[in-house]
Amino acid sequence: MELHKKRKVINKIALALSLAAMSFGLFWLAWILITILHLGISGLSLAVFTQMTPPPGSAGGLANAIFGSFVMVGLATLIGTPIGILAGVYLAEYGRITLLGHVTRFINDILLSAPSIVIGLFIYAALVVPMGKFSAISGVIALALLVIPVVIRTTENILRLVPDSLREAASALGAPKWIMIMQVTVRASQAGIMTGILLAVARIAGETAPLLFTALSNQFWSTSMTDPMANLPVTIFRFAMSPFKDWQDLAWAGVLIITASVLVLNIVARAIFKEKITT
Amino acid sequence: MANVTLQQQSTVKKPPPVTQLAIRNFNFYYGKFHALKNINMDVYKSRVTAFIGPSGCGKSTLLRTLNRMYSLYPEQRADGELLLDGKNLLDGDLDVNELRARIGMVFQKPTPFPMSIYDNIAFGVRLHEKMSRGQMDERVEWALQRSALWGEVKDKLGQSGMSLSGGQQQRLCIARGIAVKPEILLLDEPTSALDPISTLRIEELIHDLKKDFTIVIVTHNMQQAARVSDYTAYMYLGELIEFDLTDSLFIKPKKKETEDYITGRFG
Repeated sequence: MELHKKRKVINKIALALSLAAMSFGLFWLAWILITILHLGISGLSLAVFTQMTPPPGSAGGLANAIFGSFVMVGLATLIGTPIGILAGVYLAEYGRITLLGHVTRFINDILLSAPSIVIGLFIYAALVVPMGKFSAISGVIALALLVIPVVIRTTENILRLVPDSLREAASALGAPKWIMIMQVTVRASQAGIMTGILLAVARIAGETAPLLFTALSNQFWSTSMTDPMANLPVTIFRFAMSPFKDWQDLAWAGVLIITASVLVLNIVARAIFKEKITT
Repeated sequence: MANVTLQQQSTVKKPPPVTQLAIRNFNFYYGKFHALKNINMDVYKSRVTAFIGPSGCGKSTLLRTLNRMYSLYPEQRADGELLLDGKNLLDGDLDVNELRARIGMVFQKPTPFPMSIYDNIAFGVRLHEKMSRGQMDERVEWALQRSALWGEVKDKLGQSGMSLSGGQQQRLCIARGIAVKPEILLLDEPTSALDPISTLRIEELIHDLKKDFTIVIVTHNMQQAARVSDYTAYMYLGELIEFDLTDSLFIKPKKKETEDYITGRFG
């Protein structure tokens, strides 16, 4: 009896501690979200989506920065995702115990934990300096370099969760390895791979440091990939640090837009994949 | 040879057995471990052959060599002969994917693919044959009929194969295996993860399928071997101790070890 009583007490203590930890985390998250919502909404207006970033004191919006972020994050995801998925498939299905697999995995882990400012400086030295100017394309490549390791890691981890019995079952029907991978293991991991891509998008959507050294920013509407391009994070960085009230309001609106976009993207992707899996 | 009469009695009803797969001087190694030692036996056409024996005796290992499943793992190797139509399946130039179209396999745990019931069946067929949608529909229905699953799933072929119950999933895996129209079907403890009613259905199915397919089944359930098989091989520590007609082996085993095992004195 004594033993069982003791266990119950320990159980209660553990439960209380984990509840406390959860509320501690949620408290800050809620505070952050409420602040963003509160300050962001006051800065939000139609002009934010239709007008260019203004000089201080005059009216304006974030249209060029929203467009720039959309283009650069989109292209970086388009470039980084296929490379990441292919490399992840290699590591999980072909290179589990090979030397090349071990080396790739090790280098990817380093890349995964590399601070984004390092990636920014690297692209600055490798691309911006030779080109002689800041450009949207160097921003895209810097962001793609951040996408790749995240997608590689999640793809490999998710594929490894697929039981080997499923691989054997496909092989036992006479399926060549590539068909087994494409139609069985990757299909079984769809939702997980998608989560990895979303994680990567969420990460680069708010990255400021790599863009500061590469795409920089642009006061005007620009679609040229070889010229500086406006983007939300750098604009937020500049506007929030400024002493001007109207710039600060726009910065908060930008923060709200990034947060809401990532949230909506998550919900939409999950809804689509849930439907796909159940049918 | 007291069981000669028994053998003769059993064979009176059926035509004499034809060897489909001959296992000759067969050895198998997991790395340095010698897992199967000099196995010699025949698998007869349109008969059910059961492998029985205690855990670790090598019965599943032997089954998994018959469709070269072990080739997936570089540290495993085999020597000797597995003769199918006079061709040694261990030959290096053999196309294992073609072989697996001729020798199908069903595993211990149901392994439905993450796709619809229809596509689960069509997956294997598409690997080996080109056919129209109509022909594929027919083949899928045929396979599901033969595996006694058609009635339960005919209205939900588009649903995920993972949505079925355990017993249905295993019959789906059998349907998937026979849809390719193999000559031999290997069953690796196909009922060990199932409830008694599902087990009964699978056993009835095995009985029905042996008209068209040669079946080899691994089971740790001796009653099951006695119920479903025509021939039984008793294995122990990587050796084939006794191979005979199931009736003879269970009623009057020739070897003391076999008798000890089937009477439950050991294992």
